[in-house]
Amino acid sequence: MTEKTVLPEVKVTPSRYRNPIGKYVVRRSAQCISCGKCAELCPYGVHLRYEGYSQPVRPLDYKCVGPKCQANDFYCVKNCPQQALSVAVNPIIETLGDYRWPAEMILGHWYMAETGELPYIDLEYSLGYSGGGFDKMRFRIPDPKDYLDIPDEEIDTSICLNKRQDGRPERVLSLPCYSGGMSFGSTALPVLVARARAAGKLDTLTCTGEGGYPDAFVPYKDNIITQVATGLFGVREETIQRAPVVEFKYAQGAKPGLGGHLLGDKVTAEVAKIRETVVGSSLFSPFPFHSVYSVEDHKKHLDWIKEINPRALVSVKVSTPTDCDMVAVGSYYAGTNIIHFDGKYGGTGAAPDISKKNIAMPIEYAIPKVHRFLLNEGVRDELCFMASGGIRNAVDVAKAIALGADGAVIGTAELVALECIRCGNCESGRGCARSIATTDPELGCEIGEEWAEQRLVNMYTAWRKQWCEILRRYGMRSIRELVGRSDLLVHLDYLDEEERQEYQPTPKKKLVL
Amino acid sequence: MPKKYAIHPRVADPRFPPVGKYATVEFREDCAGSCRLCVKKRCVYGIFKDNFLHWSTMTEPEYLYICKSCYRCVEECTKGIFSMAVNPEYRTMGDDYFTPNIISSTWAQAHTGKIPVSGAGYRGPFVGEGFDAIWTDMSEIVRPTRDGIHGREYINTTVELSRRPVKLEFKEDMSLASEPAPILEIPLPIVFQEPEFGILSETVRLAMAEAAGELGSLMFVKAENYSPQIAEYAGSLIPRLTAANYQSYADLIRASCMVELADGPGIEKTFADLRSIKPGLFTSVGLPLDAEAAARALELARTGVDTIHFYGSEKGREVGAGKPRYLKDMIREIHLKLVENRIRPEVNLIFSGGVILAEHVAKSLICGADAVAIDTPLLVALECRLCYRCKDGKSCPVKLGEVERGWAAQRITNLMCAWHNQLLEVMGAFGIREARRMRGEVGRSMWFDDLERDSFAPLFGTRKVSGIGM
Repeated sequence: MTEKTVLPEVKVTPSRYRNPIGKYVVRRSAQCISCGKCAELCPYGVHLRYEGYSQPVRPLDYKCVGPKCQANDFYCVKNCPQQALSVAVNPIIETLGDYRWPAEMILGHWYMAETGELPYIDLEYSLGYSGGGFDKMRFRIPDPKDYLDIPDEEIDTSICLNKRQDGRPERVLSLPCYSGGMSFGSTALPVLVARARAAGKLDTLTCTGEGGYPDAFVPYKDNIITQVATGLFGVREETIQRAPVVEFKYAQGAKPGLGGHLLGDKVTAEVAKIRETVVGSSLFSPFPFHSVYSVEDHKKHLDWIKEINPRALVSVKVSTPTDCDMVAVGSYYAGTNIIHFDGKYGGTGAAPDISKKNIAMPIEYAIPKVHRFLLNEGVRDELCFMASGGIRNAVDVAKAIALGADGAVIGTAELVALECIRCGNCESGRGCARSIATTDPELGCEIGEEWAEQRLVNMYTAWRKQWCEILRRYGMRSIRELVGRSDLLVHLDYLDEEERQEYQPTPKKKLVL
Repeated sequence: MPKKYAIHPRVADPRFPPVGKYATVEFREDCAGSCRLCVKKRCVYGIFKDNFLHWSTMTEPEYLYICKSCYRCVEECTKGIFSMAVNPEYRTMGDDYFTPNIISSTWAQAHTGKIPVSGAGYRGPFVGEGFDAIWTDMSEIVRPTRDGIHGREYINTTVELSRRPVKLEFKEDMSLASEPAPILEIPLPIVFQEPEFGILSETVRLAMAEAAGELGSLMFVKAENYSPQIAEYAGSLIPRLTAANYQSYADLIRASCMVELADGPGIEKTFADLRSIKPGLFTSVGLPLDAEAAARALELARTGVDTIHFYGSEKGREVGAGKPRYLKDMIREIHLKLVENRIRPEVNLIFSGGVILAEHVAKSLICGADAVAIDTPLLVALECRLCYRCKDGKSCPVKLGEVERGWAAQRITNLMCAWHNQLLEVMGAFGIREARRMRGEVGRSMWFDDLERDSFAPLFGTRKVSGIGM
């Protein structure tokens, strides 16, 4: 690879809130005489001091590395002449996060979104407490001889969406990711537009979800997938014609076998207008497509899209039933360019809890199953296989690729970059209190497009650094070499006790949900 | 087509503030006390609206029953004095099986009758013990149509508790040779039984019976617990009798459509006696879900009993075993034993003990049950906190014994409405429109062990840890 990857510029983009939450708390007592010693010493910028400002400023404790800093000469607590400072683990951590997205993973992603760097604080941002699947897989210890000492710019993280050589464009994305469908109605418009803008900067794609195509998307149309879901909201000839990729959403991992849910509270006048429905009335999309009861019907749908837009690639998004391998091959013969499997533990704006937990299988099982089946069928090379649903961080993406996917579709992590705290209150009332998944006239305007765009660019920049490091370790120059390399993965439950000791153990913690 | 079955929920407000997960912690010494930008005034959910003016008089820490955990107060307070903790009372509710979030979610369902819907992905562990190691299947594109709960095609959850004839016999003129046996149907695969603990006052029992009647379902009640008032609901109740005492309850037997006898030697001889008291009486036999259950079920199935009712432990396990197996495995064992002996379609199996979530109903049916019987969730619907103080004779924090009957019956009805709708969600995704067709349909479910073997073993070799590896 001679061409160097040019990355968009990283700009430090701090939290929207006054008191960002950190792993550690730094308390400054009334003993402080505002001498400024701590500000002088701390290399992380925890302590601030402005010239001519006599009052002590509250520490930015989310930047603190915690009590282990005491080994350093610059440890503020030790150096404070008044003993006014104390550092401890923030007890709020216990209340934050869950098994899939523990507090440290959320905080780690906030840090990446702020700085574009991987956290220097001891945050475990790549593994959760779920105790299975990705959380039990590790990359095999590499042979040091394989290490490829090349800079990130020379590593290729691009993927090609069209491998069929069907005369349609061979769209290449610079990252092995694009962002998942979020509808206008479930998510605030500035967030959606920011996602599109970030996708433009990163040379990747975002997706409209099933809520129609707001006019604000038009300037970014080259980076926006039009989704055709069972509700067919906002699906028009022009929205198909302007899309580089058209995605058929058959099912969603969080609510497989059920149509989309948009509860009445979020159906505001604008949402109702674009979906051509009634304000305040809940929208439950049907399931399945009532015009598709066979693979032949499915092909008819794909042909129809291809006819309307001869330059569009077609993606088929399905969930993970027992026969996911058959679904994949059926879609291949129907003519899809991208097959997208959305697994069990994926995100959603609203879904019944019973379906999130119980219906369909986790993506970790579906990827190798589909990959192997497509290989045996001899068609793997002609399909772009995207995985999603519980792929939370850069290492999960790499694991999914090693299991057999070409890339991953990301939803929740992007929202976490925009300071989603995963409280799960997206579905009703005014929607998200943090202004992300809301259509409330007041809350929905609290996020700036530029801020959100930059946070996303920063997060993906940090992710890319992780991917490059993994590739370098195995002597790979391109992420495409990683596809299906499940020999590079180990699963802790499949190792002998002795061998298991060599790998990072599964983080364990009993949480109160 | 039968009339569509619908349960009518009505909001039944809690009598006591439900215990919430979060508590705020404020470091008040740093608070200015009269900040114009106080985050309490600006809470998106308005949860502080009753007390933000009088912070000096509030108790500390303050438990936020309705806090939605958006953390905006924590992150926006001008002085940074807020923090959040897990409410210690919440933490102590229930146990490792009936966890605080299951209790909380049961309360919400009993309150509104709505199914729990939330945003963001699943928050729990990858896999769990027992039923949590099963995922149900869904249909993608190439299977018959259905519209979930919101569409046009009716999903029928009716199951039978009466014995099924294996064949019909005809006379030469093609008319039936004998009258077909009567059928006992319930419109949802859930029956009630009296909880093993809790303050089971007369009102509480009456409310449970009333709800069972309202739903068209049935409730198992020990014959000795009948009172004249409870007897008025006899049509919705199944008295639990023993071979020793049934003769003293002849009136009760006549008033009931089905009775249950506790299993014992020679029990089959009593069925004829019971039917002589009331011809056409449906019979059930209750027995512990233990190591002998499968063998005994086969013997009983051959006696002509309509239904066999297995009592598992309250945490959904085998009883009387050193290493008790899970309910799912027990159901499989018993179901398959009867299938192998070609008698399964004739008899009905009810399982109880540890069925505390709507998904347990669906998964029990998939494993091979015809119906489940529930107990503890009935108490939780009435705001029980599973503090188990009543077991020690102490007072109940929610005064369970003093509930108003109509309210209590409505709470239980609401809970069942939510469960029924969740069952429909699972069946809709499944692509099955008949609860009876779910019975034993394991091919449409995915089990942890199978998935690991099919997907992971070809990549990673042999699994070296037992169980789910947690």
